[in-house]
Amino acid sequence: MKLGIVVNEGPYTHEASDTAYNFAVAALEKGHEIFRIFFYHDGVNNATRLMVPPQDDRHIQEKWSALAEKHGLDLVVCIAAAQRRGLLDENEMKRQGKDAYNIAPGFRISGLGQLIEAGIQCDRLVTFGD
Amino acid sequence: MAMLHIVNKSPYETNALESCLNHAKDGDSIILIEDAVYAVLKGGRAANALGAAGGVKIAALSADLKARGIDGDKIVDGVDTVDYGGFVDMVTTCDKTQSWL
Amino acid sequence: MSEGVKKFLYVNRKAPHGTIYALEALEVVLIGAAFEQDVSLAFLDDGVFQLVNGWDTKELGTKNFAPTYLALGDYDVSKVFVERESLEERGISEDDLMELMYEDEDDDWAEKPSIRVVSRSEMADIMADNDVILSF
Repeated sequence: MKLGIVVNEGPYTHEASDTAYNFAVAALEKGHEIFRIFFYHDGVNNATRLMVPPQDDRHIQEKWSALAEKHGLDLVVCIAAAQRRGLLDENEMKRQGKDAYNIAPGFRISGLGQLIEAGIQCDRLVTFGD
Repeated sequence: MAMLHIVNKSPYETNALESCLNHAKDGDSIILIEDAVYAVLKGGRAANALGAAGGVKIAALSADLKARGIDGDKIVDGVDTVDYGGFVDMVTTCDKTQSWL
Repeated sequence: MSEGVKKFLYVNRKAPHGTIYALEALEVVLIGAAFEQDVSLAFLDDGVFQLVNGWDTKELGTKNFAPTYLALGDYDVSKVFVERESLEERGISEDDLMELMYEDEDDDWAEKPSIRVVSRSEMADIMADNDVILSF
């Protein structure tokens, strides 16, 4: 089956990102296709490459980036939510006149249309949030 | 057309589970994840409410039960325990999902 | 229903202002309008507070996005379901709500109200009737 996943909360503060990740891994193990993982609201904060969690705990951003690389996953961060919360890629940095960008490998910033498209294209869309 | 309802908040913190139970239809399933697994504790008000939801299948995610020290003895009858693979199966077996956040 | 058109239901269960979910849910609805799917909005539990009329956010200092609800009709959103029990439990009547309108193209563009107050069990039927349910 073609699955879409929505992550509405940021790393560590809520369990949503961990649950979504574990669900994604299980779905891939069962041979399902993950069409897209869309990060909305504070979920965009999963995509910062500046995350430095304690060494003895999981590194949520690195787990997502590694999973994306291993399986060719499409991790999309909503541009409006990202702008609000200070998550930029290089393009956005230049466009907005900022002096840094912080998006991690494997994530791309795009519009809310990507979420709607996932709803249209996927057999199931599963939301993890608060 | 069966729906999978996903509930993640403790029933003692928000009304999400109660609202879910008020809207679930016979033949639907509910999976309790994250803090919602506290609903399965025997003797709790929430567990009694789950018991009343006759036509709805109820499952709880094993990873979240274990993390919270909820073992088999403490779980009210009628609730299945599933792992993430089982969660995925519930998603694909039902026709659609709704998350009660 | 034409091929490729799904029924999207946007479920709103949270009050406005205390969290961003009400605002950012609306933003999805507006973008979603461009995709010509069959769209419905559901307001239940604390979500019904979003539609209470008379917002004044000046002293709070945040953006007053109440006009966005009023503009929903321009985005082809004509089905706004509000749960009766949720209103009653919270001491709100239909008269307290914003007047959301849309223009019915099948009726000579007559202006009609978008809000339909439904019972809890009707809301359950509406949820079951939709294909993609988005929660915030």
